[in-house]
Amino acid sequence: MIAAALPHEAVGQADLKHAWLRHRVAVLRAAVVALAVLLLEAATRLGWIDQVSFIPPSRMAASAWHILWSGTYKADILLTLYAAGLAVILAVTFGFLFGVLLFKLPRLRRVLDPLLLSYYAVPIFVLYPMLIVLFGLNRWPLVALGFLFAVVAMAVNTLNGLERVPAVLLRTARMLRLGRAQEVRLITLPASLPFVFTGIKLAIVYSFIAVIGGEFVLSGAGFGYQIAYAYNNFDNPTMYGLMLLLLVFVGALNLLLHAMEQRLYQRRVLKELT
Amino acid sequence: MSAQTRTQSGMQAPSAPRLNDGMLLIAAMLVLWQLASWGFGAAVLPGPVRTFQQLWTQVSDPEFGAHLAETGKAFLSALAISLIGGAIMGVLLGARRLAGDVFEPLLIALYSIPKIALYPIVLLLFGLGVSAKIAFGAMHGIIPMTIFTMTAVRNIRPVYMRSIRTHRLTAWQGAMHVLIPAAMPEVVAGLRIGFSLTLLGTLLGEMFASQRGIGHLLMRAIDRNDAPTIMALAVMLFLFATIVSLGLLQWDRRLRRGA
Amino acid sequence: MIPFPTARTAAGAGPVSSAPAAAKAHVAIREATRSYVARDTGRPFHALGPVSFDLREGEFFSVVGPSGCGKSTLLDLIAGLCAPSSGSVHFEGRQIAGEVPDGVAVVFQEDASFPWLTVYDNAAFGVRRNGLPEKEIRERVDHALSFMGLAGFANAYPSQLSGGMRQRVCIARAMVLRPRLMLLDEPFGALDQQTRLLMGEEMLKLWRDTGSTVMLITHSIDEAVLLSDRIGVMSSRPGTFIDIVETGWSRERDCKTALDPRYGALQAQIWGMLREESIKAMGVKP
Repeated sequence: MIAAALPHEAVGQADLKHAWLRHRVAVLRAAVVALAVLLLEAATRLGWIDQVSFIPPSRMAASAWHILWSGTYKADILLTLYAAGLAVILAVTFGFLFGVLLFKLPRLRRVLDPLLLSYYAVPIFVLYPMLIVLFGLNRWPLVALGFLFAVVAMAVNTLNGLERVPAVLLRTARMLRLGRAQEVRLITLPASLPFVFTGIKLAIVYSFIAVIGGEFVLSGAGFGYQIAYAYNNFDNPTMYGLMLLLLVFVGALNLLLHAMEQRLYQRRVLKELT
Repeated sequence: MSAQTRTQSGMQAPSAPRLNDGMLLIAAMLVLWQLASWGFGAAVLPGPVRTFQQLWTQVSDPEFGAHLAETGKAFLSALAISLIGGAIMGVLLGARRLAGDVFEPLLIALYSIPKIALYPIVLLLFGLGVSAKIAFGAMHGIIPMTIFTMTAVRNIRPVYMRSIRTHRLTAWQGAMHVLIPAAMPEVVAGLRIGFSLTLLGTLLGEMFASQRGIGHLLMRAIDRNDAPTIMALAVMLFLFATIVSLGLLQWDRRLRRGA
Repeated sequence: MIPFPTARTAAGAGPVSSAPAAAKAHVAIREATRSYVARDTGRPFHALGPVSFDLREGEFFSVVGPSGCGKSTLLDLIAGLCAPSSGSVHFEGRQIAGEVPDGVAVVFQEDASFPWLTVYDNAAFGVRRNGLPEKEIRERVDHALSFMGLAGFANAYPSQLSGGMRQRVCIARAMVLRPRLMLLDEPFGALDQQTRLLMGEEMLKLWRDTGSTVMLITHSIDEAVLLSDRIGVMSSRPGTFIDIVETGWSRERDCKTALDPRYGALQAQIWGMLREESIKAMGVKP
């Protein structure tokens, strides 16, 4: 969009308007967040929100900073990251294979359809105690929980991606006399990549939710556990500091994955021709 | 003339085979469950028979009704807040493109936080009791409901708006006869997810902040390591959530048939 | 006309064959039919046939017919994308049944450009794996892209192009293959009338430049009459040829052919045959 500069307008003004239009969404978003934080800050300091329950965002930030630098929670953070990371790797691998299997066996897919669609309706974490009894009081129940949470999202999105390869591209492959392996490598995989990436993104997000949630509910170590521990010990600054760190981490992770996803879809998925 | 991008998804299987598939699935699940129970030991993972026995015992317990009512009340309140609040916010954000663009990533980011780790805030702000449960439940369901409604409103094709004007419908008629039917499928999809998540949130809330309700029973069973009860309650929740989810799915499908 | 080297195998250069042999059958179809079991009803669906005709080497042949008559199925049979249920299809003397032979290229109705490759890579895709030296590939692709008016867009991605340009990318890809037989299934269906007319002129240039045999499926009678040497008029489903009409145009035809008095007469003749078939295809009793 080119802002037409009227003869008497300075060139600088037109440039500014142009820049505003291009970036206004990001600017407004930052403004909204800043406003929310300021409101919370004011509300707590002025006593509108009870200072016993809630601490001002500035103190949260200070606490978070301190936590990061002191390294007291480094071990817990690493534990959580390892568990979630392992769950992601397992979920992505098995989820992908499962998705391919469902694609190849339509009968199986039809039979499992209701289950797949309702999978996330059910509180999976209810099985957590059973997982503990199964695996013992270590990190494995958490990895299992993360895996269970994430694997179906990965499988469903893989399936979706494979199904969305336009039939005309496969006919093109036949017309060009590509071998089976070539067809998969050169056409099926590139065409389904954006959707598979969505599955990976969800797998990462869900694994973290499950692992941290599990740690919070019942665990002896890890980031989620430390939040619960701080809460139980009435240590608000630490608790809120940890929560803020969590928020920032999850937000940044999401932003990154979302940006990568957008790029893939923009380039690789054509809108319908009308 | 439009060039349609065809995909290879097969056509809908007609009803009779679909019923058989359902039976097959249930049978397979029961068998797998029994096998797992034998494999891991009945103490760890009670089999189907034991579980349903326990479920029957639970349900016959005179106190159970009170627990169910407690959970039910909290859940329905939370659901009302999620759905209505989500719908309103979704409509507002969907109608104004700029607002939607600004808020959407923020909503998605909030959605991805392990909300359970934010639970202490809810407890501190609402205290121990029913309001904490309702707040937690609503917290889970309101965001997806907002996002889906927002998408539904945004995706209403401009040609519908022009049709409303050329037919000279009033705003009310336009909304009732064109806009709402057009947006319904997406909204129902949001409803499905909002429903499940609100249930999850309410249960979680009950597990930590209540002396009554299904969530509390669950927590008690976990503390006592009472595997049969855990399984019985889990199965009950599973059945409830699945049945409602499938019901909403059918509604969703029926709505989309016209799309 | 510039002699067009027809390579018998993709790797080596074969004998240079320039003069189209008179009335030599490039594709011979005898009593071919195509039926299959419909997924939703479970009953046999008779899509095409019986069809018998010869596609002469180097000619421009169009097929017109009402919707659903089986035109696309005919193209699939000739391309080897499906096998005839009965009868035979021969390409260059060899029978084909469900296998795509060497020397054939198809431009589909839908956009078949690969969104993840640039225009250049899309066009080069067909020959990339054939062991052709990169220099030869570059020559062919550059020629094809400039021929189709895409020279400035070699590094663009399909998502940045309009529908018409994407279709041109698909045609360029087919061109790079240097096929002896080019099959086009309503490739201009999604384009507006003006773009269609321009694309029609491009097709003629392409046909003259390459010397391949071209078969075009179209529902546009005026397009068929303008571009072709012969036009196969198909009945409603199951499609058979009602008649094959010779236009007699010279090889150097262009849009001015529309001014020839026979142009209108041919159109009327074909529509006379098709009108009833079209009504039948719509499901209304004539």
